[in-house]
Amino acid sequence: MSFFTSAKRFLLCSIIAYLILKGLFLSGFLTEYIQQIILFSFIAILTSLGLNVIYGYTGQFSLGHAGFYGIGAYTAAYLGAVFKVESIFSFLPILFLGGAAAGIVGYAVGVPILRLRDDFLAIATLGFGILVRVLLDNSDRAIEILGGSRGFIGIPKIVNLEIAFFTMVFLILVTRNLIFSRYGLFWQCIKDDELAATAFGINTARMKLMAFTYGCFLAGVGGALYAYLYSFLHPSNFDFLRSIDFLIIVIVGGMGSITGTIYAGLLWVTVIEGLRIGLPAQALEFRWVLIPIFLIMVMMWKPFGLLARRESKFLGLGKGE
Amino acid sequence: MELLSYVLQQLINGLQLGAVYALIALGYTMVYGVLRLINFAHGDIFMFGAFTAYYLISKWDVPIYLVFPITMAVTALLGFLIEKIAYKPLRSAPKIALLITAVGVSLFLEYFLSLNSLFTPNYIGFPRPFEVTGYDLRLFTITNVQLIIFAVTALSLLLLYLLIYYTKYGRAMRALSHDREVASLMGIPVDGIISFTFIVGAALAGLGGILYGFAYPQINVFMGIMPGIKSFIAAVLGGIGIIHGAVLGGLIIGVSEVFVSAFISSTLRDGVIFFILFLVLLLKPSGIFGKWIDKV
Repeated sequence: MSFFTSAKRFLLCSIIAYLILKGLFLSGFLTEYIQQIILFSFIAILTSLGLNVIYGYTGQFSLGHAGFYGIGAYTAAYLGAVFKVESIFSFLPILFLGGAAAGIVGYAVGVPILRLRDDFLAIATLGFGILVRVLLDNSDRAIEILGGSRGFIGIPKIVNLEIAFFTMVFLILVTRNLIFSRYGLFWQCIKDDELAATAFGINTARMKLMAFTYGCFLAGVGGALYAYLYSFLHPSNFDFLRSIDFLIIVIVGGMGSITGTIYAGLLWVTVIEGLRIGLPAQALEFRWVLIPIFLIMVMMWKPFGLLARRESKFLGLGKGE
Repeated sequence: MELLSYVLQQLINGLQLGAVYALIALGYTMVYGVLRLINFAHGDIFMFGAFTAYYLISKWDVPIYLVFPITMAVTALLGFLIEKIAYKPLRSAPKIALLITAVGVSLFLEYFLSLNSLFTPNYIGFPRPFEVTGYDLRLFTITNVQLIIFAVTALSLLLLYLLIYYTKYGRAMRALSHDREVASLMGIPVDGIISFTFIVGAALAGLGGILYGFAYPQINVFMGIMPGIKSFIAAVLGGIGIIHGAVLGGLIIGVSEVFVSAFISSTLRDGVIFFILFLVLLLKPSGIFGKWIDKV
């Protein structure tokens, strides 16, 4: 039980958050659209957390995260269609399989490309992301139901507050415990100085691969949740710009900070979707003009992000809570 | 015979595309040489060049021999400003911060210019200032557009070669890409040479933009993304930091893209380019002409 008791405070916080959200959802105060946005923010947090493990903790820069997110989404949607999944209990294995598919692909891709560093890795992962997009666009030639560039339709809407929220909470706890385990220390050691890590006897190739696989697994679970939340998938939802979204969440929140990713994920979805509600359509096109400026300013001011390597005492994510 | 002539025709088309990629790839490779940065905004400079040429030709009726120098000057200025405003403050920042800034600059240029009061996000027809005529050479036809592209590319390559290997600036650039610290100790004005590199690279990208407009007369604010990425792959393929490597890489990428479209499937052509990238990165990350150095 130490797995749960070690993060009592975080569990308490999440139960309180859950009760507040449940109350809001039941009160009918929130429109279905806003409910969907709230659930999407959990997915964004989960997927960005995967990128934070890869990039923030282990220092392996990836520009193709949305590719793994897409693999998870399409795998889960396809398996769901094959096995006629409609209830929550048969959905949970599908959720796991979506993540596992992304993890396996991440492993297979990671073996060759994690030998590369920094900007070469960035280009290779970017290439992988575009490759996934191209394959998804052409997917209906191989498997009709995937829909190709017409999109995958008819996925049942299964994801509700409980599934999205508790999947996120559970995986945040798993991630937190991994980060504070010896493997997490190895990852951070590789990020700080790969040569020194090798000198300490850390199998850097294996550890990098492990972090990458786990990060891709999280992205895959996020994608599977996305598929069963929006019940429609289109290759354009998984393109380069989406990878940038996750990257921005990680960077703004801070490299190597779970708390940062949680806050930044909530902030990001609120800003992106909130501006859609709050602003007239004319001003909407300015969103993507302002976001890059903000990104550049963060890079100049705090190149490691706002909450780099700090965890919130309040949420109980810090060490030794 | 018919197949041979078809293959040759596609080869010419591929070389036409490859020549444009080569011009863009040169900017990537030079900037990477001096700054160790993938300048993601380079593809957008290329786009800006195409739009500048569009305005010069269709709105202001500038004669064609002036379109080239004016466009190149405008994109050179843009490249200069990007370096000064966005990259220079980050000279000592971690490498990834610089890379993310480059992505940010690229997104900013795309979405700022796609505002409805500026270039709009729509496709715009690019007016060719002359009629396209084909010359039948028995086995294949070659158009005057293709001849212009080959001639302009070859001429600018020659000039660039002379600039890099026979002038003081070129020598300074090569010294910088060898070792920035030592170069600055030898009295080379590092910031000035970096700016100069951006100016030359951006001018070549602008030139590529004009030629791309001639060859594929439809332009759009987001047109720079894929050619930009592919040109970077071309630079990696030829060996990053090596001038003739970028040219050869550009031609290979252009020809293979056209061949895949012609013989396999046009929707798979982007996929094949990235497959080439993976092969290069795995087999010889330093590229065709690169030395066996520890990039991995």
